[in-house]
Amino acid sequence: MAIISLPDGRRTWRRFTPSQQVIRWFAYLIGIAAFVWCWNRISEATTWFFVWDAPRIAGDILTRAMPPRWSYMENLWVPIWDTINIATLGTIAALMMAVPVAFMAARNTTPQMNVSQKVFRLIPPFMRPWLLTSTGEDSYSIGLIRPLALLVIVSTRSINSLIWALLLTAIIGPGVFAGIIAIAIRSIGFCAKLLYEAIEEIDHGQVEAITATGASRWQVMAYGIVPQIMPAFAGISVFRWDINIRESTVLGLVGAGGIGLQLSSSLNVLAWPQVALILLVILAAVVISEWVSAKVRGAII
Amino acid sequence: MLRLEKLTKTYPTGDQALKAVDLEVPAGQVLALIGPSGAGKSTLIRCINRLVEPTSGKVWLGDQEITRLGSGALRRARRRMGMIFQEYALVERLTVMENVLSGRLGYVGFWRSFLRKYPQADIDEAFRLLDRVGLLEMADKRADELSGGQRQRVGICRALIQDPALLLVDEPTASLDPKTSRQIMRLICELCAERGLAAIINIHDVALAKLFVQRVVGLRFGAIEFDGPPEALTPDVLTQIYGEEDWEQTIEDVPDEEDEEEEAEAEEAAR
Repeated sequence: MAIISLPDGRRTWRRFTPSQQVIRWFAYLIGIAAFVWCWNRISEATTWFFVWDAPRIAGDILTRAMPPRWSYMENLWVPIWDTINIATLGTIAALMMAVPVAFMAARNTTPQMNVSQKVFRLIPPFMRPWLLTSTGEDSYSIGLIRPLALLVIVSTRSINSLIWALLLTAIIGPGVFAGIIAIAIRSIGFCAKLLYEAIEEIDHGQVEAITATGASRWQVMAYGIVPQIMPAFAGISVFRWDINIRESTVLGLVGAGGIGLQLSSSLNVLAWPQVALILLVILAAVVISEWVSAKVRGAII
Repeated sequence: MLRLEKLTKTYPTGDQALKAVDLEVPAGQVLALIGPSGAGKSTLIRCINRLVEPTSGKVWLGDQEITRLGSGALRRARRRMGMIFQEYALVERLTVMENVLSGRLGYVGFWRSFLRKYPQADIDEAFRLLDRVGLLEMADKRADELSGGQRQRVGICRALIQDPALLLVDEPTASLDPKTSRQIMRLICELCAERGLAAIINIHDVALAKLFVQRVVGLRFGAIEFDGPPEALTPDVLTQIYGEEDWEQTIEDVPDEEDEEEEAEAEEAAR
């Protein structure tokens, strides 16, 4: 923001000062130069013959895939049912683990002690960020509970469910169970993160009022916090279930059960009409799950 | 009945919200706590039931020293102190009945409260209280469906079902229109008289406080500046508490509109 005095004594206002303008101009220049350079590098590394050929190949596959082989459907009912079950059970298992993690991660509910001023001063300042987490005006949580909960959230979120499934089929063997566990682990972080943000945003007045009645810790949770986060909890659950339906359709690629197994075997033998049918079934499942979750969310909010 | 001895609260930022406050409230006395924003009124009443932990000093309720209690004993002591809030602080997504019954949380176990299996005596009392404040037919409504005045009445029921000896009331009328404010203040004071409760009422509206209370305490910068009957609130005293301003209008006797309001209430009830 720049207020500039004109020679005749009046003042004017411009969004940027002249020096800011120069800096911005250079930033744009560097951005465009970088884009052009990257484009060249990618172009050198691309076999353009295949790219120009792409529409023909795609058209070829499409004509081979049409019409879908409808009779193959009888082999798909069980796998699609498995897929939906993987998503549903995985989501339920994830939520059961995500709820305690979220309560431990939220600043206002993480187990804490009131650290008195005396104790606070006893801890050397450089140690404080490691030992204490600020949870209010003069309260800190001591120890590793909140950092651990945050670590669970970050680590489970950072690994894709397909990779979890790859690991788990090696550990507990192929099948639906590995798929459920993979979906569950992948979803903990997602659900816990959104839930703990909802917990941190609750109205503290309601919690205070319940505390003032002489309610115990658990009663304060059940009356002061849970009703406030119920809409968020329901929204997160159906949202994650919806995502998990999509994720579980590919788990079969690594042998973790569901319709992905049929997809990968059909792809391997180049049975394009079967692939087309499987993709249509997946599309239908996703559309239905979208519709259900939209209905549920609408009913809650 | 309630006695504060050198009650002090220093926030970690170094702000002294309360500076060695001494105060004694006899049983059954309704006391208005006035003072500018930031004078420490809210901190004072929250230090009494230790929603805010006092830095030093003592709080005695009867012959029990609240400031020395461990967490279990503190919970039992809190049952004797009902609290009423400015923004009502009802659990918005629960019903009126659940909100009123939540006042009994200190008396029932976790699973009973979780499953909403309150003793019949508590439910009877909840109905009696809702009837007393005129909200009987609202019992099954959700709290966020009510108007401000109705919500505050539910808040009052929740405080009273605790069977308290003392009410801590934080700005009960600050979110209400002038007429509802008067009705709520009258209701609180009537109920205190009926049940012989002592009350500390934080209030911004000096004129309203003067109408209903027996004693006024003025707080400024965390220290008591004035303690006396409402009639003793002169412009000089108000200047001492709040700073320079023309106070003549505030302390002028407001004509009591009791009869008029009674009629209006009767009309409302008829509807």
